[in-house]
Amino acid sequence: MANLSVKHLLGIKYLNKKDIDLIFNTADNFKKIINQPIKKVPSLRDITIANLFFENSTRTKLSFEIAEKRLSADVLNFSSGISSVKKGETLLDTVKNILAMKVDMVVMRHPNPGASVFLSRNIDASIINAGDGTHEHPTQALLDSYSIREKYGEVDSKNVVIIGDVLHSRVALSNIYCLKMLGANVAVCGPMTLMPKNLEELGVNYFPNLKEALNWCDIANVLRIQLERQDVQLFPSLREYSNVYGINNNILQNINKDITIMHPGPINRGVELTSDVADSSHSLILDQVENGVAIRMAVLYLLSNNLK
Amino acid sequence: MNSNNREILNNIQIDIIIERLCQELIENHNDFSNTVLVSLMPRGKYIGKKIHNKLEKIIGKKIKYGELDSSFYRDDLRRHKNPIIPHKMKMNLTVSEKNVVIIDDVLFTGRSVRSALDALMPFGRPKNIELLVLINRRLSRQLPIEPNYVGKVIDSIESEKVVVNIDGKNNVKNILIFKT
Repeated sequence: MANLSVKHLLGIKYLNKKDIDLIFNTADNFKKIINQPIKKVPSLRDITIANLFFENSTRTKLSFEIAEKRLSADVLNFSSGISSVKKGETLLDTVKNILAMKVDMVVMRHPNPGASVFLSRNIDASIINAGDGTHEHPTQALLDSYSIREKYGEVDSKNVVIIGDVLHSRVALSNIYCLKMLGANVAVCGPMTLMPKNLEELGVNYFPNLKEALNWCDIANVLRIQLERQDVQLFPSLREYSNVYGINNNILQNINKDITIMHPGPINRGVELTSDVADSSHSLILDQVENGVAIRMAVLYLLSNNLK
Repeated sequence: MNSNNREILNNIQIDIIIERLCQELIENHNDFSNTVLVSLMPRGKYIGKKIHNKLEKIIGKKIKYGELDSSFYRDDLRRHKNPIIPHKMKMNLTVSEKNVVIIDDVLFTGRSVRSALDALMPFGRPKNIELLVLINRRLSRQLPIEPNYVGKVIDSIESEKVVVNIDGKNNVKNILIFKT
């Protein structure tokens, strides 16, 4: 019998390939469940989960919440904007107070990298990182690789290029760890100013030219420009970025093969993707959203086994 | 076989029993036009497939068949060291207004069958549900669940384990009882 090698999901770098396979195989069953007329199972009916979002989120928050409800867990939602955090309460105090209400699992998004690691060292509950600053977003990477596996049968030896603001993207870093662990060839593409310095260490290639990157890849995972995380201007203008790195139908028609377009959302239509590409048959974007619920159900289900 | 286990049924006896169970099913379900056979994963499928194949041969027409996993509906989640890992389910059918026959290898406490009844509900409201088991470990029930079709009844104590042995070609080899 298998079990995850971790008690918390803090990042993909803490997982091994067996963990990812176990999550994917469990998610296969949950995908069937969420497509049944009755989409709810009683697996976590005695578990209480707090969703602590110290940063804005639409998709991830809703996806976790619906995953928890499909598993019959009791759900507490917390947003920092309307909480005592505004009155100066520390992260640890906030969470300890919530845990005093007998919460078993915590799903947390936080602007500071490492916030979930810090929390896991200081409290007993099982922690799931729903994005910590520019560090990791493990469930997004899992659902991205799961969507590739679903379409192509496997991730191994697929060529995946991550295009855009890699420097500020937790999605990019988690995706690189996850895709490499599953045997994919990974490259990045975008302005040099939006690339991290440790590309070589991460084992990924860099394409400065979009057309070359698209010709190389089977799958293009396109990221949003995270203006909110940029302290200084790293490229001249969104218009210029879009002219050089934006993907439109014209570009896709001029490359020699069919590629799959992915995007973690939210899309800035007309900047990194035009609407005709985002809504085309090449796009896996809505499959990613559906798979996100199945992946999060699998992660919650497997981690809950540590709660006795 | 060693001193720790003993054979309850060999493969010839199993074939004879399956033949009898098929005849009992035909007696109650006629041509199976409104019947669905549902094996419980993981081990009920070995018995279920055998019965399904044999019945189709006898009556000469297709019978609706599914394989149901009830892991997420079990009442012993988080009671074991490792999580209960679900098995691949094949339920491309509806049980709405159908006569359903749930098939499992061994009926012990009744808790698996209880979870299977819950797991079946998303596939529709059946007309009725029957239970077929190859081995009925009577005296071990913890819930008020009894089978309609039984291969063999055995008396065993809780610490003993009854195992349906499967060979490399997924055929039922024999049934063993282990002392643990």
